[in-house]
Parts: sequence; structure tokens; C-alpha cells
Amino acid sequence: MERKRGDHRYGDRRYGDARCCDENARPRSGVTELTGVALDRRAFIRRAALLGAAGVVMLSPTAWAARALGGDSSRKRLVVVFMRGAVDGLNVVVPYGEPNYYDSRPTLAIARAGGDGAVVNLDGFFGLHPALAALQPQWNDGTLAFVHACGSPDPTRSHFDAQDYMESGTPGVKSTGDGWMNRLLAVMPGKASPTEALSLGANVPRILSGRMPVANIAPGRVAARPLPMDRPIVETAFDRMYRGSDALSRVYLEGRTARAKLRSELEQDMTEANNGAPSPKGFPDDTGRLAHLIARDPSIRLAFLALGGWDTHVNQGAAKGQLANHLQPLGEGLASFATALGPHYQDTVILVISEFGRTVRQNGNGGTDHGHGNVMWVMGGPVRGRKVYGAWPGLSNQQLYQERDLGVTTDFREPIATVLRGHMGLGEAQIDRVFPGRPRSTGHTASLIAV
Amino acid sequence: MLKVGNMPQERRALHALNRLAFGPRPGDLERVNQIGVERYLREQLDPQSIPVPPDLTERVAALKTLQMTPVELFVTFQLPVQQAKGDTDAQRAAYQRSQVILQEAVEGRLMRAIYGPRQLQEVMTAFWFNHFNVFAAKGLCHLWIGAYEQEAIRPHTMGRFRTLLGATAKHPAMLFYLDNWQNSAPNSGARRAKFEGINENYAREVMELHTLGVNGGYTQADVTALAHILTGWGLQKWGQAGMGMGAPEINPGMHVPGGMRGLGGWGPWWRRPARRTPLPGALGDQYGFYFDPSRHDFSEQVVLGRSYSGGAGIAAGEQALDVLARAPATARHLSYQLAQYFVADNPPQTLVARMAERFEQSQGDIRATLETLFFSPEFWDERYFGAKFKTPYDYVISAVRLTGAPEITNYGPLFGTMTLLGMAPYAHETPDGYANTREAWLNPDAMMMRLSFATALGQGHLPLLAPPFEAGGGGGPAFRVKFKNGGGVGAKMLELSPPDKGAQRNKGPQMSPPEPAQLVASLGGSLSTNTREAIEAAPVQLRSALVLGSPEFMVR
Repeated sequence: MERKRGDHRYGDRRYGDARCCDENARPRSGVTELTGVALDRRAFIRRAALLGAAGVVMLSPTAWAARALGGDSSRKRLVVVFMRGAVDGLNVVVPYGEPNYYDSRPTLAIARAGGDGAVVNLDGFFGLHPALAALQPQWNDGTLAFVHACGSPDPTRSHFDAQDYMESGTPGVKSTGDGWMNRLLAVMPGKASPTEALSLGANVPRILSGRMPVANIAPGRVAARPLPMDRPIVETAFDRMYRGSDALSRVYLEGRTARAKLRSELEQDMTEANNGAPSPKGFPDDTGRLAHLIARDPSIRLAFLALGGWDTHVNQGAAKGQLANHLQPLGEGLASFATALGPHYQDTVILVISEFGRTVRQNGNGGTDHGHGNVMWVMGGPVRGRKVYGAWPGLSNQQLYQERDLGVTTDFREPIATVLRGHMGLGEAQIDRVFPGRPRSTGHTASLIAV
Repeated sequence: MLKVGNMPQERRALHALNRLAFGPRPGDLERVNQIGVERYLREQLDPQSIPVPPDLTERVAALKTLQMTPVELFVTFQLPVQQAKGDTDAQRAAYQRSQVILQEAVEGRLMRAIYGPRQLQEVMTAFWFNHFNVFAAKGLCHLWIGAYEQEAIRPHTMGRFRTLLGATAKHPAMLFYLDNWQNSAPNSGARRAKFEGINENYAREVMELHTLGVNGGYTQADVTALAHILTGWGLQKWGQAGMGMGAPEINPGMHVPGGMRGLGGWGPWWRRPARRTPLPGALGDQYGFYFDPSRHDFSEQVVLGRSYSGGAGIAAGEQALDVLARAPATARHLSYQLAQYFVADNPPQTLVARMAERFEQSQGDIRATLETLFFSPEFWDERYFGAKFKTPYDYVISAVRLTGAPEITNYGPLFGTMTLLGMAPYAHETPDGYANTREAWLNPDAMMMRLSFATALGQGHLPLLAPPFEAGGGGGPAFRVKFKNGGGVGAKMLELSPPDKGAQRNKGPQMSPPEPAQLVASLGGSLSTNTREAIEAAPVQLRSALVLGSPEFMVR
């Protein structure tokens, strides 16, 4: 697929240009201009921190670091989990009070509350997929909420375009060069650190790519395995080679610094984890590792991980089956993540998103095809939970989007903006930098975060 | 001397080897300089003209599962799994035997990429496989992943695009991967569980990814109509294999009892052998494709403004593929992708336009389109020398090539490195395939992994000469195809158990570390002053590692 993005992340042309990411932004106010200055400074501090930590260039910490942009908001964390492949939101948070749901899904529907394989009742109209029962404690204690009929205003049913838009944060605009979490990193208040943003995976995903440096670690246990690069003699030799100001040298330095830091933390983690029984499932494992990293390293503010396998065109299953088998480890992983965070849960918000929903009617092969509206999950101490937010458009034929899909009544950027405002302490001008051109608020999620 | 473009002549041989091949092996640069760059291009565009060394032919021929048809693979490896139903141990053992398929597919791919003289053919194989991606760990795809490349991709890499498109459309691996084998007319006579109606997965991706491109001008209505046209395009099952239905080229060797009974092992339908005689209009081929008229929607459909008359049967689908293959949007989409791989992340529009024109004029001739590309001033523009950041696949293969490593017997460490770097062959889950841009692959963790690999390879520490793993034998599998549901990022990964973790595996003879001077010479003086100084300042035993890990070697 041809996706023409600006050569931004490591391209010298755009590097250091504070205005690179808001070409589509509303007219800037004086405040935004000021933020622009802070942006450059912030990027500079992070680079300086990297250089210092790697021992190549020593910079004494100066007044640079004293940014009076936020008070104690520096402890606030945001974790984004992306379900790649378009999860069937109608079977995650089931509108069991809606007869059309059952008419459209003769064999895929989850039964009404009560009995084996039935939904876990949430509010008398919506119910949770039974495979997500592990999240009941969070629902009950009011730290888990959902936003239904939520999604992108762009009509695309291409996985790749839709993911791209959800990660760039600019639906319909292909030329956006960076991801919204990277822009968020640029405007966040608090002390900069080389591991401020962390991605679990072999690549830096679109959502985190951009001007600000981010760290990534391989998923699974391999991250903590010693590498030849960890030997001082090898490090020294390569340090000499990658000492320039070119893109590769910069990335090299970021890698060296982040690895040194994360590896020591992961090693401690492995030692401690061996005392308990390690989970056999990958996702709880990774979320557990992430939770421990966050608990140990207060400098990690943003984290991202992605899960695949949601593209259930065939044999989706209902209370049991393919979708259930994917949801269960995710639910358990999130629940154990909340527990493992301990007191940090109070300062953490977890968003679970997916590029679009799936057809209301089941298809000919016991599955569902690409749809439109979906459900967003919002979890964490600051969340005003135990509520399904949004405006339910209904599932009768004339209520459906293009007579086939759940409509979108809440733009996905709206609840995220609420989280950025209420939880991360961002002002409107800063939120505009994260989501340039975001639509006017509907107010559906205004009370999502307890302030 | 090739005059086109402004790239200095002394850089051209290396540029050609970096782009048309997976980088130079020792001696390659001298040879290209000797015969001239133009002759090298012409040779590579005509792979049949390049003799393959007999020992490589033999080693490829020894990979038995690459010579088997999908039907034979099913009968040999999947039936035993199903027959062992109820006996968990026997089933696991039978399943483990099937892991040899992935192993041989990986070995066949890497072996030819590293040692094969038909380098452009290998580059194009990887390119087209990626374009028509199939994921080895989705259901039965693990059986057919090697056969898919061997039968549907390799023969057509430089032929007509329409032939390639058709071969992938009908191959069991693709039919299974994008679910079209279940795509059925609603309310068709043959309605059964799993075959109750339309599945638009393949119909969408064939337009979005394989042909027109996402901005190619199709709508949701086109996707749905094309899905209707492609109903009944599926897989042979019990009693159908080898029946020779309209397929004169049926291989007599595949008269196997049972055919593909139990496909997928699902539902009750497979326990009922379909012993009926083929319906009129039914069609099969030697690879296991079967057009089932009883599941086909014979009603009239309109796709991209063109009407497909009802009653045409399989011909309607063939016509739709014809239309997609010759659409101008397809020519642009494919030209862009080729130019992006071969020239630059943001390829020059002038070049893309000329390639698209050549593609259309030549009725989708891939070789002709490549010729336009390789003889263009844009390809030979100085600014694009070293402008492509190597993908993990390119990087690992080019590094091994540069060392001139002797006959590798254990490909595990290479597959493992690619897995760690996020680009193992056959392991991309979604149909878009791997990206090849710098943005996608340059990141902090990847740099640490690449330099670690360079260090291990440069010091001769990788057990590449260890005895090959025997699938199903002792010592633990080297290549595991396993779903890791919800397991880590990307969820489903092909997992590699590191060879050194096997039960006291023999690591084989120690490789002698490559000579740093030899590596530098093979790169033809393309290293910067800073790089050369860093190499000279390093301890002797690390110098080869530094060449392999140099910034100049990260790009092609």
C-alpha cells in the first residue's frame, strides 16, 4: 500500500521543526506559539539527557529542566492497547437490550443476562462478553468505563488506512507525518527522560513515531536476554563509530541508553517473577512486565502495545470460540496489570482501541466483516467508571451506518481528549497540537475522568 | 558503460548489487565491473540465462516438501493429525512432523537468497510474496506456505502480472488465508454450516492490496459484488482430488485416497465424504483449487461500473481479475511499490508514471516494467545511492553474503534474528505484508539487535554450521509454527527456540571469522573516513563486526 508520509522521524529536513506536526491545526493562539517554544526546548532536553546518559557528551542539568508547565501531573501515565484487525465491539460490550442485535446474529449473539455463556450485565442494556469476566472487579469498583458507538469519522473499511488514521490522530489526512502519542510526548509537562515513552514490540508503531525519541523493547522474555552489544568492549567500539549527529547515530544513542536502563530493570523483574508462577499466556506476561517497569521506573509516562488476531471473518464463535479465546487473555492481562500497578493504578489510564467495528449482521461463514462504529475501553484509577458512555444510535436497519454497520456518534479523539485534559493535565491548546483539527465536542464523555 | 543518470561510474556496480541483489558476495563487485553494469542488469532480468551451480540445485531439490503439491502435503501431514484425534500425544507428534514444511520453506528461501546467482529472481520472489502475503500460522496455511511460494510466486516473478494474480487467487494458501474458500452464494443449494453466504475478505484485499490500491476508486458496493462473483472459488475435498475436472494437467501422482478430506478439521461436513460426481461447470487444478458451482452465485453483478452476466460461472471471476489486472490504478499502484522498493521511500513521480505507462503498454509485463525502472535516470541518480535503509531481511541476508560464509547447514540463527527484528519470512500476520521504508525499521531497539547480530556473525560465533535440525526428531524444534494467541505484541508470532537451547545440540564446526580487510574490499571503498577510523581503532577481533555493523552497511 502506498502511504506517502513525510520523512519525519529521522529525516533531517523536519527534525527540530517545532511546527512540523500541526499543519492542519486551527489558527494558533499566542499560547500555542509559546508551547511551540517549549516543544523545541523539550526535545532538546531529551536529546541532551540521552547524550549525557551515554557518556558521550556531558551536559550539566541546567535551568532547561525546570519547566513550570504542570504541577504533580508528572506521575500521570497513559497506556494504549491497540487491538489490530478490528475487534467486534458488539460482542465485547453487547447491547443485549436491543432485539435487532439478536435478529442480526442468529449464531454469534451472546445470550441475555443469566445462565451459562450469557453476558455479564453492566447496566441493564449493555453486557460484557463472558470471556472478560476478569474485569468485573474494575467495573464494580468504578474504574472501568466504555464508550460505545465510538470510532473514526472516516468511512474507510481498510484495516491499514483506518489504523493509520487512528494512530496519526488525523482521520482522512494521509500526509500527517507523526503519531498522536508522539505529539503528546512533545507537549506533556514534567521531567524528560529517555524512557518516557515505551513501546513493546520490534518496531516503533505509527502512533509513537515522530520527532520525540521513544524507547522500544522486544516483547516476551527476549528483552532481558544479554546481547553481544551489552559487552563494554563492543559498546565502546560502536560508540566511536556512531558518534555523529546523523539519524543513525541518534537512534543508536537512544537504543544504547534505553537498553541500559530497561535491561537492569527487566533483570530484577525476572529474578522476582521467578518466585511466583509465571503466567503461561503471553499477554498477561507482557502487561505484567510493563506494570513492573512502570512501578519501578517513574519516568515511563506513555506505553503502547498492540495485539493482533481480531479479524474474525470466519468462525468467530459466541460465548466460546475464537473471539472469546482472544478476549480472555486480554481481560486477564488488564486485570492483572491493574493489580500489579498497585498504588500507581491511581495515576494510570488505560485505553483499549481498535480501528473500526464489524458488521452488525453475521456473514455466511460464522463471522463478521469490516464495519464502522466500535467500543472504546477506558480503565484506571482516575476513570469515572461503571458506566457505558456515548449516544447509542440503535441497530434497526435505518439506524445503521450505510445500512450495515453500527454508526459512530462519538469521535475517538473526544474521549482521548477528555483523558488528556482531565488526567494528563493538558490545556486546550496542547490538546489541539495532539489532535489538530479535532471536531467540536459532543459532550458525551465530558465526565469520563474524575477531576 | 551505462550512461543514463548522474551517478559516478565507480559507484554503479555496488548500487546494482545493492538493489538487484542482496548485496555483494566476495568477488561480485569485480565481476560486475568486469562485464559492465548494463550486462549485469540484462542477465539478471533474464534469470534463465544464468546457470545455477549444481550443488545449489541439489540442495534445493533435497527440500522434499517444496516439491509436493498442496494435496500431497495435506494427505501427508494433515490427515495423520486428524486421524490421531483423541490421542493427544500422537496428534502432537503428527503435528510436529508437519513443522518440517516451514523449516524447508525458510531454508529454501534463505539458501537461494544467499547463494543463488539469480539474485533479482530472489529479490522479486521476496517482493511478490510480500505483496501477496500469506501468514504461515493461520490454520492450514502452514501446510502450504512453501508450496505457495514455489508454485504461485516463483514461476511468475518476472512474467505477466495477470498470471501471477491468477496463480495466487487460486492457490489453497491464499484461498484459506483470506477465507475465500468459504465464500458462498447466499441461499445456495449446497448451503451447509460454514458455507452459508458471502465472505468479502479476499474480494476487498485483492482490490486494496493486490491490484488497484486503497485509493483505486472502488467502493463498498464493488467489494460486495466482487465477493459474489468469487463465490465457489475454493478447495478440493474428499473424492474430488485427481478427478481431472476440466484440468488436463492434473498430476497423476496425486491420486491419493481421501483427497483433502477433513480440510480444516471442522464441522460435521468433512466426515461425510462428498462422493458425488462433479457438477457441470466444476473445475479443479493440480494444486487443489476447485470451483464449486453449487456454491456459486450465478446472478448478475456490477463491479467498477462493468456488468458481469449471470450464468458465466467461473469465467466471471476470471474476467473480473482481467479487469483488475489491466486497470490504470493497478499499473500505478504496482509501479509505486516497485519504485519504492528499488529506488527510494518516496520514489520520484516521474519514474512511477513512466513505469505505469510501460506496464499498461506491455499488458502487465513485469520484466518490461523492471527494465524501464533499471534503465531510468532516476534509478541512477546519485542522490539515491545508499538511500534505502535495509529491512531486517535485507540486512541479515546481505551480511551473510558479504562474509562469503561457506555452506550453511543451520539457518536457525538467521531466522531467529529476523524474528527478533520483527521480519521473519512467512510470519507477517496481516495481508499488507512487511513495509520496506526506513520509518518502519529504524528504531533504537533494532539498532542494538542489528549490531549484536553483526558482532556474533563478525566473530564467527553463530552456529551456522551446526547439523541441520530434524523435524520431529530430538533436540527440540528449530522452527516452530505456533499461534501465540494474545501472546505479546503482534499476538501471533512464529516462534523460534534458539538452537543453543536444544538438548545439548552439537554446535558444529566453529566458523572462521571473516577477514575485515576482505569485507572492506568487497564493499569497494564505500566506507566513510569516520567508519574506517573506528574500525582501525577497534580490537582486531571486533573489526569484522564493525564493518558489518557500519552505517554504510545498514543501507543499500
